[in-house]
Amino acid sequence: MAAAQTALLIGATSDIGRAVARRLAARGWALQLAARDAIALEREARNIEARTGEAPRLYRWDALEDGLLVDELDPLPDLAICVVGLLGDQAESERDAVEAERVMRTNYNAPALLLGALARRFELRGSGVIVGVSSVAGDRGRAANYVYGSAKAGFTAFLSGLRGRLARRGVHVVTVKPGFVTTRMTAGMDFPVLLTATPEQVAEAVVRAVRRRHNVVYVGRMWRLAMLLIRALPEGIFKRMKL
Amino acid sequence: MDLSGWGRHPVCDCHVEHLRRREDLARLMDGSASLIARGNGRAYGDAALNPLLTLSMLAMDRMLAFDERTGLLACESGVLLADILRTFVPRGWFPWVVPGTQLVTVGGMIAADVHGKNHHRDGGFGACVESLTLATANEVRQCSRAQYADLFHATIGGMGLTGVILAARFRLRRIETAFLTAESLPTSDLDETLALFEESEEWPYTVAWVDCLATARNTGRSVVSCGAFMARDELPTRLRSEPLRWRRRWVPTLPFDVPAALLNRSSVRFHNALRYRRHRVFGGARPTHLAPFFFPLDGINAWNRLYGRRGFVQFQCVLPKAEGQAGIAELLRRVADGGRGSFLAVLKLLGPQGDGLLSFPLEGYTLCLDFPMRPGTLDLLDKLDAIVCSHGGRLYLAKDACSTPERLWQGYPNRDSFNTVRMEANGGYPKFASALSRRLALDSG
Repeated sequence: MAAAQTALLIGATSDIGRAVARRLAARGWALQLAARDAIALEREARNIEARTGEAPRLYRWDALEDGLLVDELDPLPDLAICVVGLLGDQAESERDAVEAERVMRTNYNAPALLLGALARRFELRGSGVIVGVSSVAGDRGRAANYVYGSAKAGFTAFLSGLRGRLARRGVHVVTVKPGFVTTRMTAGMDFPVLLTATPEQVAEAVVRAVRRRHNVVYVGRMWRLAMLLIRALPEGIFKRMKL
Repeated sequence: MDLSGWGRHPVCDCHVEHLRRREDLARLMDGSASLIARGNGRAYGDAALNPLLTLSMLAMDRMLAFDERTGLLACESGVLLADILRTFVPRGWFPWVVPGTQLVTVGGMIAADVHGKNHHRDGGFGACVESLTLATANEVRQCSRAQYADLFHATIGGMGLTGVILAARFRLRRIETAFLTAESLPTSDLDETLALFEESEEWPYTVAWVDCLATARNTGRSVVSCGAFMARDELPTRLRSEPLRWRRRWVPTLPFDVPAALLNRSSVRFHNALRYRRHRVFGGARPTHLAPFFFPLDGINAWNRLYGRRGFVQFQCVLPKAEGQAGIAELLRRVADGGRGSFLAVLKLLGPQGDGLLSFPLEGYTLCLDFPMRPGTLDLLDKLDAIVCSHGGRLYLAKDACSTPERLWQGYPNRDSFNTVRMEANGGYPKFASALSRRLALDSG
């Protein structure tokens, strides 16, 4: 087997991040884990080390406070996956601009700027894969979560543009759009069973997309169809729907 | 939400929370008068149900440390056995004890002190546990045979009633290959079956599948299978390239509840006859991968739907060796008389009792049967329970769904010392309680 390839995971202590880390480690990737919560990060590192015998490199990184992380990475990874996300509280985001900004920056500014900086390094090297985990919420702004949704929409558009720019430079960009996922972020919410995925299923979709060089993947086939229909609805009807 | 054990009987409306981080436990515990931890829901009856708070441990799925020299693995209690196998079989390690399914958590294996096909040699799962981290009502304790030994012994096999098992440290054993030499031998009656168990004591893994509809002189006819891990140089050439292979196989899922009527005397008879003949034809030693050898139950996902919407109950007892012959014969006759054969009928020799106060195993023969829930099933179980009692036997808490306190506790001489330790560790109050502990009158002292 060739020397292990390195994957950077941003948001590594989220439920989806943990599942992705575990899956990549099992496939022999060397890991770099970045997250805000140092204690949780340490815990995940031990988990990976117990499983593989290899300790991942850790980077304490806060999406809202820290710089672009890129210079600290050693080595420059072959694969970068960003699963950073914050659902926030829609009602509070409507009332409070500070909260709205926190949601917007966490879901758009920080991930987009970081992946943008990584993309430049990958471009110089002439290789690499970038995965951004966005959301179906970014496909159309819904009354129930449009602050979160608009930031994800921006992130989706950013990834799409990045993919186009790097298409002939040896760097591949994947957009993953999960629908409902049972995680800490969505704890206590009641989701329709057929449209709901587990973090493990998202992780499986991420790793498969990297291997097969997919561009845009939904998690669960139903979602591609569901979002096609939702996007096709005329605004006059859509605005009256309770979605 | 409506929740049940693997047998889907009884069903109980439970408030469910997921524990994701150790730090959250105090808050969740404070919010409820009592609670029970739940693993992957593979106990058959009501062991992991509490209407007030059933705490799912499945998100506590991190491994904590592994020592390559000693084989000691520390992990959180929600880690699935399947996860351990996937991770460690390719590295040449295997748990000392595994039950008949991989879809159980570490916490569940400890709480039920599960046994495997090697109990006669290696004891139950508890025997390979070095220490565990237990959250009681007021504090988190590291328990082992040296520290809080009482609590340790009460928690092994204690059905989660002493506290929430957060993490555990237990030994794995080295394996050279993921394959076993497996041998299947058909027997024609109970005497022959039990004799074969005695003769095959040098095999590390043994189990017998019993044709429970066979009557008269055929009572107890079985297929006894034995196995032992193969060394690397024993493998046939075609398997040598990947001796520790662990491949994820696609497993079909039973997509609906099978109408209960399909499971009847004739279909069971047909299945049993087929199975018995098959071993006549294909018997003899051959290399078998550890997954089908140890986990026949994992061949179909959601196989509990096989028994229809009303679910099923599993009956498992152990009879002391001296009573084994007569007792097992009586049980099998009673089942055959009722014509309610079960697809699963397993007989096995167990070794000496371990150190868990409520652990199920004791030296003797254990018999395990499934019955679909129908009118008359409870009656039959009651009769079987009575037979077990009259032979000084014991029923398995992880399987039981409908026994009475009188019948059940007759087999557990350590019941009172268990409950004393349990109460003392929790300030005299049954903070950790389940539908099982309530049904068996354990919470009132």
